[in-house]
Amino acid sequence: MEIKESYDLPLPIETVWQALNDEGFLKNSIPGCEKLERISPNELSAEVKLKIGPMSTRFKGKVNLSDLNPPNGYTISGSGTGGIAGAASGSAKVSLSKMEDGEGTILSYQVKAEVKGKIAQLGSRLIHSTAKKLAKKFFSNFVQELAK
Amino acid sequence: MSEGIGASVKRKEDRKFLTGKGRYTDDINRPGQVHAHFLRSDVAHANIKSINTKAASAAAGVVAVYTGEDIDVGGPICGWVVPNRDGSATHEPPHPLLAKGKVRFVGDAVAVVIAESLQQAKSASELVEVEYEELPAVVDLETASAGAEIHEGMAENRYFDWELGDEEATDKALKSASRVVKLTVRNNRLVPNPMEPRAALAEYDDLNDSYTLYTTSQSPHLTRLVLAAFMFQIPESKIRVVAPDVGGGFGAKIYVYVEEAVCTWASKKIKRPIKWTADRTQAFLTDAHGRDHINNVQLALDSNNKIIGLRVDTLANLGGYLSAFAVAVPTYLHGTLLSGLYDIPAIYTNVKGYATTTTPVDAYRGAGRPEATYLLERVIDQAAREVGMDQAEFRRLNFIPKDAFPYQTAVALQYDTGDYEPALDKAMEMIDYKNFESRRSEASKRGKYRGIGVSSYIEACGIAPSAVAGALGGRVGGWESASVRVDPTGTITVTTGAHSHGQGHATTFAQIVTEKLGVPNSSVELVHGDSDRSPFGMGTYGSRSLAVGGVAISKALDKVIEKSKKIAAHLMEASADDVEFKEGKFTVSGTDKETAFGEVALAAYVPHNYPLETLEPGLEETAFYDPMNFTYPAGTHIAEVEVDPTTGVVEIVDWAACDDFGNLINPMIVEGQVHGGIAQGIGQALLENAHYDENGQLLTASYMDYCMPRADDLPSFKVECTNTPCTHNDLGVKGCGEAGAIASPPALINAIINALSPLGVSDMSMPATPETVWRAIQNAQARAAE
Repeated sequence: MEIKESYDLPLPIETVWQALNDEGFLKNSIPGCEKLERISPNELSAEVKLKIGPMSTRFKGKVNLSDLNPPNGYTISGSGTGGIAGAASGSAKVSLSKMEDGEGTILSYQVKAEVKGKIAQLGSRLIHSTAKKLAKKFFSNFVQELAK
Repeated sequence: MSEGIGASVKRKEDRKFLTGKGRYTDDINRPGQVHAHFLRSDVAHANIKSINTKAASAAAGVVAVYTGEDIDVGGPICGWVVPNRDGSATHEPPHPLLAKGKVRFVGDAVAVVIAESLQQAKSASELVEVEYEELPAVVDLETASAGAEIHEGMAENRYFDWELGDEEATDKALKSASRVVKLTVRNNRLVPNPMEPRAALAEYDDLNDSYTLYTTSQSPHLTRLVLAAFMFQIPESKIRVVAPDVGGGFGAKIYVYVEEAVCTWASKKIKRPIKWTADRTQAFLTDAHGRDHINNVQLALDSNNKIIGLRVDTLANLGGYLSAFAVAVPTYLHGTLLSGLYDIPAIYTNVKGYATTTTPVDAYRGAGRPEATYLLERVIDQAAREVGMDQAEFRRLNFIPKDAFPYQTAVALQYDTGDYEPALDKAMEMIDYKNFESRRSEASKRGKYRGIGVSSYIEACGIAPSAVAGALGGRVGGWESASVRVDPTGTITVTTGAHSHGQGHATTFAQIVTEKLGVPNSSVELVHGDSDRSPFGMGTYGSRSLAVGGVAISKALDKVIEKSKKIAAHLMEASADDVEFKEGKFTVSGTDKETAFGEVALAAYVPHNYPLETLEPGLEETAFYDPMNFTYPAGTHIAEVEVDPTTGVVEIVDWAACDDFGNLINPMIVEGQVHGGIAQGIGQALLENAHYDENGQLLTASYMDYCMPRADDLPSFKVECTNTPCTHNDLGVKGCGEAGAIASPPALINAIINALSPLGVSDMSMPATPETVWRAIQNAQARAAE
């Protein structure tokens, strides 16, 4: 499943790019994120609590940053296991570009998500809507954080 | 007699079940028992890089954690293999009890955690760390046959490549035909869904070095044989298998699965009884699925619309491992039925069985015969449409005539007896076939499309004549055993190797005793399901319990009567040849002497006046019966439907079933079996489908997404029977357990196509959900508009 969206941000591209690489910013933006620690320049460990349909699960996993192309974008991908609930993984290809006015930034993203185990067996019909909601939440949190 | 053969006696077992007093495996508890939970793969296909069980082993309440590396016994085996076209053998890749190095479907057992409580076992299993290296999932037959590798060294990812029939003659018929009707159908994958999920309670007896396994099995003796001789390699007598009340099987409980075997194995390791009961999700993931074939069908007709040849090329999706009878289902239970009830001079079939990273597929109610009937009745219907003949009359034209029996088909089987037109006529009369068109036009005034669909089927039941099974690759015999013990007071205990899990054996088998010995049903007790208490038996599947097990009981009863006559002759001071036995009384012909069966029974155990010099005391006999041939139930089902073209919703408005099961022991139980079978077939045709996503995740693993038929999906069925008694067993019976599930799917799909043919719809896939039907209508209309 793939989800595409874009946002117009009233901030310079460099500021947005920095925020995208700041674990404090990311932690506050990832919905349900309880822990985010950098373990190497492009790798972070994460704990995220998510509710998918009837299941509320704490996922433990890793977040990787790849295809780094400062300040034009990267791919942020994560995968985690939720114990008995199964596993989930997803990635977002994030692209930044200058708005025509030269001041603002267009942030666009393309999200892919995949689930395994019990979540797939019981909640697959909810995954698309959940992933869409989570991706929206992430970027709207992110924009709010930037505005602070 | 009102309780003998042919009487609709109410089921003895119902009081227990309807009042919630059944005693199932999960109801049994043993002192000191612990609980097992299996950690299952949540990926479809992967190499296991590492498994770390340290944290789980240290968790609260955990008694033991085992992985594939700990297991030192073998896994499940194949009970049937076939030769490949090139003469080589079926590929039988190993199936370890717990995954070793690789997982091959979502649900594959990776580790078992055994703890004091189930909750502790489940919690600890979350601490087992498994590192997977994911490999591409293989879900559909197209991918499976295009160079996937699931088992190391298995060429072309194929378990077998089998053929039956005369290819040259068939291709010649197709070339010379005045019309060749072509059709590709998919037989959708089903989840068996018995009401009671699988369960096991295994206990090891240290003093005797022996095991007792309580489990949900359709065939406890076979479970013991497989566990002892093939998996554990210990003396068979060291395992006792008890299958107490079992809540439905439908095929899925024939096989020995890894969970039952792991619990048994581990019970010796930890020296404590171990219980495991599947939850519904585990049942969806691990009970052997059914069907999942793609059939390419070509039917050759001559200029008189007579069928002159049939070619069927089948691809069968058999899943990640080869289950016990997985090979037999698409081959000998499918290819041999392709003649249906039609006189077809040339038939050829090729079946290729592939591995996929999905749950293993095996026998499910009908097992191969529903798939054969579906493709055949679909192509027959299409042929009738193409040549512009009435669907019923086209069938009648091609039926094997009743004077042609015994009839040798082009695909190995010889039908002993049959008469197919009376069942067709009767079904047509029951549904008022001749006035259908007026009902169709009445429905169209209401905006509904009404259709009528015919399915004439035959099945091979009473599995199986051992000599035939052996010649065809079966590794087991197909006989059944029975033992009849007459107690001193004249009550009867019958033990049988057949297993009742809903079939009503306690009632039906008692009726046979009543008929033969003249004792009331209430004097007859049935013992079954315990490998220590009954003679070795083969279990219940393939509509065999009555046609094989019931006949064995009849033969044991004959031995009892024969011995009783000798005792009676002594008591009446007559020659045994002059003694007659009828309705529970022995008489001497030409005299008024008589003695009751009860007096003979007492004399056998209190032999004060008894011919001990020539006759042993006691009255207990055992018989083993191996049938000469399969039995061949056949019949016609006709479905009538109304389709709402705006929503695609199919309503079944009428259903007529006329089956020839030979002699009936209990017509009420037979009707119940037909109802249940039709309901399951309707489930397949309209509602049920096991759906995997492209990553091999089973998305229909709960009742939220897997739709089972409910009462309001079904009409009131009209059920009647014709009777041509089986010619080669003592009771003239054929078996009725699977007929409904075999006959019904094509009747329903043909009815839907018939309803929608005015709109240009000529094909319909199963399940015909509202979406599928609606899209077919839209596509047909779009084509018409072009």
